[in-house]
Order: sequence, then C-alpha cells, then structure tokens
Amino acid sequence: MTDMRPRPAVEKLRAEIARLESQGRRVHAALPFGIDKVDSRLPGGGLARGALHEIAGGGSAVVHGSAAALFAAGVVARLDGWVLWCLTRPDLFAPATYQAGLDPDRVIYVEAGDDTSVLACCEEGLRHGGLAGVVAEVASLPMTVSRRLQLAAEQTGTMGLALRRWRRPADASDFGQPTAAQTRWRVTALPSEQLPVPGVGRARWLVELIRARAGESADFTLEACDDQGRLALPAELAERSAGPQVERIRASA
Amino acid sequence: MSASAPPPETPLALIGREGRRRIVTATNPAGRAAGLRPGMAATQAHALVPGLVVHDATPSDDADGLDRLALWALRRYAPIVAADPPDGLVIDATGATHLHGGDEAMIADLVQRLRAAGLAARAAMAPSWGAAHALARFGPHPMEVVAPERLAAALAPLPIAAMRLATDMVDGLRRLGFDTVGELAAQPRAPLLLRFGPELGRRLDQALGQAFEIVTPIEVPELIQVDRGFAEPIGAPETLARYTGLLVEALCATLEAKGLGARTLDLRFHRVDNRIEAIRIGTAKPVRAAKRLTRLLTDKLETVAPGFGIERMTLAAPIAEPLTYRDGHAFGEPAEADVSALIDTLANKVGASSLYRLARVESDVPERSVKKVAPLASPTLTRWPVDWPRPTRLLDRPEPVETLALLPDHPPVNFVWRGVRRRVKRADGPERIFGEWARSDAELLAVRDYFLVEDDAGERFWLYRTGDGVDPATGAQTWFLHGLFG
Repeated sequence: MTDMRPRPAVEKLRAEIARLESQGRRVHAALPFGIDKVDSRLPGGGLARGALHEIAGGGSAVVHGSAAALFAAGVVARLDGWVLWCLTRPDLFAPATYQAGLDPDRVIYVEAGDDTSVLACCEEGLRHGGLAGVVAEVASLPMTVSRRLQLAAEQTGTMGLALRRWRRPADASDFGQPTAAQTRWRVTALPSEQLPVPGVGRARWLVELIRARAGESADFTLEACDDQGRLALPAELAERSAGPQVERIRASA
Repeated sequence: MSASAPPPETPLALIGREGRRRIVTATNPAGRAAGLRPGMAATQAHALVPGLVVHDATPSDDADGLDRLALWALRRYAPIVAADPPDGLVIDATGATHLHGGDEAMIADLVQRLRAAGLAARAAMAPSWGAAHALARFGPHPMEVVAPERLAAALAPLPIAAMRLATDMVDGLRRLGFDTVGELAAQPRAPLLLRFGPELGRRLDQALGQAFEIVTPIEVPELIQVDRGFAEPIGAPETLARYTGLLVEALCATLEAKGLGARTLDLRFHRVDNRIEAIRIGTAKPVRAAKRLTRLLTDKLETVAPGFGIERMTLAAPIAEPLTYRDGHAFGEPAEADVSALIDTLANKVGASSLYRLARVESDVPERSVKKVAPLASPTLTRWPVDWPRPTRLLDRPEPVETLALLPDHPPVNFVWRGVRRRVKRADGPERIFGEWARSDAELLAVRDYFLVEDDAGERFWLYRTGDGVDPATGAQTWFLHGLFG
C-alpha cells in the first residue's frame, strides 16, 4: 500500500486524465457486490456496468468452470433486464442458475458453433443496448476482440462477462495473456465450514481479483451466491474487527 | 384429397389419354397390389380388377396443385423453388437450411409436413439438381442427404431411368447391357455420344455436378416483390449493399401501403451467366424498419458470389403479416427493452433453433426438467423447486465412477472420476428420485439416490447410485457422476 495522504494535485490530474480518456463516453454506474471489503477495491465501488470482465475457474475447474459460471450468474442476476448467455457446450443447468436468483425468463441462450461465433454473438448483444448483461463462455479471447467487446460495452452500458473455460487444464495458461477487460477474476472452490451436524453448508469460494484497471489486485474468501445472487463474507471473518489492523501491518511491511 | 376419394384399401386408377389410347396414368397402393401399372390400357385394368374405381386424369389441375405446393415450399423453406412436373418440386436450399436447423432437419421437416397433409413424399438433398431428382425417385431411402464427396457413389447403383432420359434412350441403353448409372458413367463418353446424341452426356454431367443447371423459380404475381435491373452488371460488395438498401426501402414502401410487415425476405441476384444466387432472412415478428432489414440482408451478402456480374436483383417478402404496434406505455413506467431486433440478427447468424430460453418441465428426473422455448415466447409461470441444491453444470451423460462406499445407504468415502481419486469430506443426501413409470416400463421400478459430496479441496459433485440398496430390481447399485456444483 502506498502513502494514503491526500494529494490534491494528483487527484486533479487523475480526474483530468479520466475526462480525456472517456471523451464523449457515458459513465455507467457500477454494480456493487454489497461487501465493503470487495467494493472498496474496485474503482467505482463495484463491477462497472459498461465494461467487459473476465472470469475463470481455478485449479481443475478451468475445464468446467462451474463456480465461475455461478459467480457470473449471480452477477447478472443482480442486474435488471434481459441477459444473453452465449455458449458452445450447453451444459449449464438452468435450475442451478435459478437458485442463484437468475430468473429463467430473463435469459436468452445462444448456442454457437465455436469461439469465434460466440464472441460475434456476444458483440451483437453488447452493441444492442437493450440487454442488461451478456455472458460469453469462451476459451480464447484475443486482444483485438476483447477491445471491440469493451468498446461496445462502453457505448451501451451493457455489462459483458467473458466466462473463460478451456478444453484441457494445460490451455488455461492463456488466462495470463493481456486483454482489454476491465477486471479479471478467478473463482476457486474452498472447503466449506464444518457444520455441527452431518451435511454440507453454503459453498465457499476463493475469489481472486487478478487484475483491475485503475485498481489493485486482491483476494477474498467469500461464501457462494445465495438465492438473490449475493455473495457474503464468511461469518468468522465478518465478525472480526481486525480489518484495519491487517491493512496497517501490510502497509508497514 | 377430395371428399369423393374412396378409402385407401379400394383399388383406384386415374385414366388419361395418350394419343387415341385410354391408359392408366396413376394408381394407389391397393391398385398396385392388384397388378395395375401406369401405362396399362384402361380396358385391361378393368378386366384385371373387378369393381375398379376410376377417375379421369386432370393434368392441368395436377400442375396447378404442384404450383400451389411450390408456393408453400417457397414461403416455408427456401428462396428458389420450382415445380418439377409431373410429380416433383425442386428446392435450391443453398444458404437457407440454417433457418431450419441444418440439411437433415429441413428434409425431415419437409417430408413430415407433407405426410401430415396426406402426401406420401420422398425427398433427397444433393449437390446437383440431377442427383437430388434421381435419389428422391430411385434412391434407397425416403429421406437422404448426400454430401458432395459421396455423390458419385450414391448415384452409381441407381437405374439409368433415374437420369431423366427419354424412354427410347433408356430402352436403347438397356439393350446394350447398361443397367445402372455407375456402369454408364464408367464408359468412354465418345461412342455413347455418337449413338445417343449429346443429351445423354449432358444429363450425366448435370447429375454428377459437372455441368450447371438453372432452377427457374416460380413467379408468383401476388407476392410482394420489387426488382431492379442494371444496365451494366454490378459485382462490388459496396454496390450490392447500396442497391440492397434501395430495394429494401422500395419494399418497405409497398409493405406500408398494405399495412404489413415482413417475416421473411428473399433477395435474389440474377447473374449474367444465368445463375441465381439468393439469400433469405427471417424475423421473429413482422418488421417494416428499412434499416433493420437492410442490416440483416447485408450481414449475409458475403455468401453471394457475384461471378461475372449481377444484372438484376429481386427482393420479395414471401411471408408478410399485419404489423401491429404495441400500446404505448403509461407515464412513469419504464419501457420494456425490445430485443426482437437482436434475436433476428442472432437467428440469422446461428440459426433460430440455437436461440432459446429454458423453462421448467414437470419432471423429477433432472435431465428432463428443462425444455427449450422460443426466446420471445410468453413468460413461463412455473419455476424449479429450490429445496434441493442443483449443480451448475449437468453432464449430458452421467459418467460412471469407481467408488468405495462403506454402507449401501451411505455416500462413498472416495471416488475416482476421470482418473482422479477424490476423498469425500462432507456429503448430503440421499435425495431419492424415482423413474417415471408413465414414460416407459423400464423406469417403473428404477430409483436413483443422489448425494451432494464435497472433496477435501472444496469442489462439490453430484453423484447418484442406481437402486435403493435393498431391491436389486430398482437398479444395479452402480455410481455415476451427474453434475458439478459451483
């Protein structure tokens, strides 16, 4: 962490740069996660609406990306309006996304033959402007295509989510390649909390913010989507009041 | 079929004239079983089948009927359709099958619809008119799609009568010992041409796709249509796009005068070498917005090969429906976003069948609990129950896993899936799902016990065991992995 003293000159310069960079583009309100710890790390206080975001699974989950898909479903569930879900392999199970708060009447699925047409459909969806969000399940996301998607999203204020999933775990090294996406997330399953009785509790994820434009990376341990698509802090972390102290220790390290 | 048609088990013949003779021109399956053949003298037929029901053949009515059928196919399937008298239709389906879910799906739909209307139809799709004509009439299957590389092999076993040759030529070839198309195609061409003339070679080349054959589409005066001829042939993509825009504007003006919107548009390009290239687009709702229709058409322009140039463009709306405007929204209510334009764009890109919403089916069996509905269908009312968690990814085929389970009614201690052994840390279940006895007898007793298990890394899986653990008739006690949780 850098020095946190206010520096008006730098702030003014930043605002000027932001104004120049966004020439004529509308600024869209961000979608907060409702968790201060997460939202404070994101520029705008949440996931930017008119932007492209990348999400992938971690470990062996890069192939099916089930946690990443549920994360994406939870995000679009909290938006208001139509959602376009572009995929090549139709293995998404709608009852599960419904349990994460995504109403099936809001989602239009497009089954395209390959990544190229998935991305083309995604771009059409982002350009249209009448949708709340577009999810594209793709393996590859070339820089130029991601820039087109980002520009389309900026123009219409539609949120684009590139849900990366690969055929083989080895292909997942592609996730390090630069893209024009605003943020990049990795969602990995963590062991859930031991319940006092036999059974399984709410799923728990390691949510890594690997990259955020104009922000810093961070990672969070969160509880998976509830029936409204909201994530939550695990109870034992939420009740602890040591948050600021942790910051201070890190700052001095 | 008219009301006076006799029941199908009665032998029936149509009697027509050939010169001064009265002959049987067509008969039904019962007549064929009784020994009637087309071409037989009418008197002989009467002698052969006592009580034969006879109607006069009406070739002109048949031709009219065929034209009506062609118009139906034009509206439904492809921009270039022609009647192929006496008993066929030829459809140039290039670039139109994607709207029906592919080649096989389109053929199946065509045959099924004709069958539902009481017509015993056979259909074949092949790279050339000649081959499709032959396979539809003489092929081994009532429905067939032949890929270009299989064309010669598919034609080889057919009789030479399939080649659209004059009857005396077929007889002459038979006398020389040729029975099948394959034998004929393997012969040196020159001696055959000397004896039978150029017609034989032309028909063979047409069937094998080596010579082009023009399908002249039916002209329908009542169709809403605009066209434009060019003094100089055009070919540049920008020029095509510009004239497409102009034609759409003209068509929209016509549609406006009639209060209609287009559901289907056909744009045909008549090339200087007499070929016709065509593109077809469909919309989910009637549309009259010139800009939107132009966009849909120009998206497909790249599939058009202008060749040496295009001398005429025709734009038609085979299906046009009354355009209804929705009622205005009350003040303060947010307008519902209109996504139909996006649906059309995507449907023309990936095909309408790949675009859907998912809705609940009343079924406990997970893989049957979801059905596809049209993206703009009215809202569905039922929702899936939320009392048991469901996996984010459902494998389309449950994969068998090796397990170590201590007790028959307990979740496994560990399992091997795709070569990786996972230790079960926590588990929930069983959720018992019974087979749907109403669907098939095999499911009458079938039982699946589903368990949600979490391994020590925190990944969650949906496993089931077939059988209830007591009665072997309910299942073989084997374990499967059916889904992955998020």
